[in-house]
Amino acid sequence: MKQPFGSAVLEAAARLLAPFVLLFAAYVVSHGHSSPGGGFQGGVLFAAGLLLVKLTRGDPSQWEIGPRAALVLACSGVLLFAGIGLLPLAWGGSYLDYDAPPLFADPVAERVLGTVGIEVGVALAVAGIILLVFDALAGWGEPERSA
Amino acid sequence: MKATAFALTLVAAAVFIHASSALPAFGTADAPASAHVSPRYIERGYEETGAHNLVTAVLADYRGYDTLGETTVIFTAGLAALLIIGAGAAWSWEGRPR
Repeated sequence: MKQPFGSAVLEAAARLLAPFVLLFAAYVVSHGHSSPGGGFQGGVLFAAGLLLVKLTRGDPSQWEIGPRAALVLACSGVLLFAGIGLLPLAWGGSYLDYDAPPLFADPVAERVLGTVGIEVGVALAVAGIILLVFDALAGWGEPERSA
Repeated sequence: MKATAFALTLVAAAVFIHASSALPAFGTADAPASAHVSPRYIERGYEETGAHNLVTAVLADYRGYDTLGETTVIFTAGLAALLIIGAGAAWSWEGRPR
């Protein structure tokens, strides 16, 4: 699958769709605390938007996230989640007790911030893993075994 | 050996099916599962977490540690799938083009 199977029609459709899919992914992640959605769903949507570009443009597309970047994305997502959990320990709270750090006067606002933060972490992890598995299945990004 | 395993499976299945008849009916309001922490989540979820979506309130706040484990499971499962596909051998960190 080294060659993109793009055509003018696919290219135009993907150009039209991809920004909206990515925007909708951002909406689903950030709005997860007041409507159905959240990190898992938003991460899958984010990965779907990028896979659309990968499928229509093939390997050397311009804003592709390669396997290495996807691995970094997945790791940073899990680390962001765990890091947000560790933060309250510095102020004497429990693990993942978002309102322990004295950021705002309103503890509920801090809990919302913590919730959105871990949702972003989940979304990054899910998106990174989906991109990685897709790359591995498609066989892209395998180094040339010359030596 | 196979016959013994089959018989044991049948016995275990019979025990489980018999026990499941004693479970509360689906959706019973005073079942133990809905009488412990669920009322607290439903009554005070919004004022305690600020999340209109109670699923998110439970998933990301009350049971955040569970969700951390869930994310780790997805991460680990993805890496394991990569290794099974065979990406591990052909896929050295230094050899990456980008």
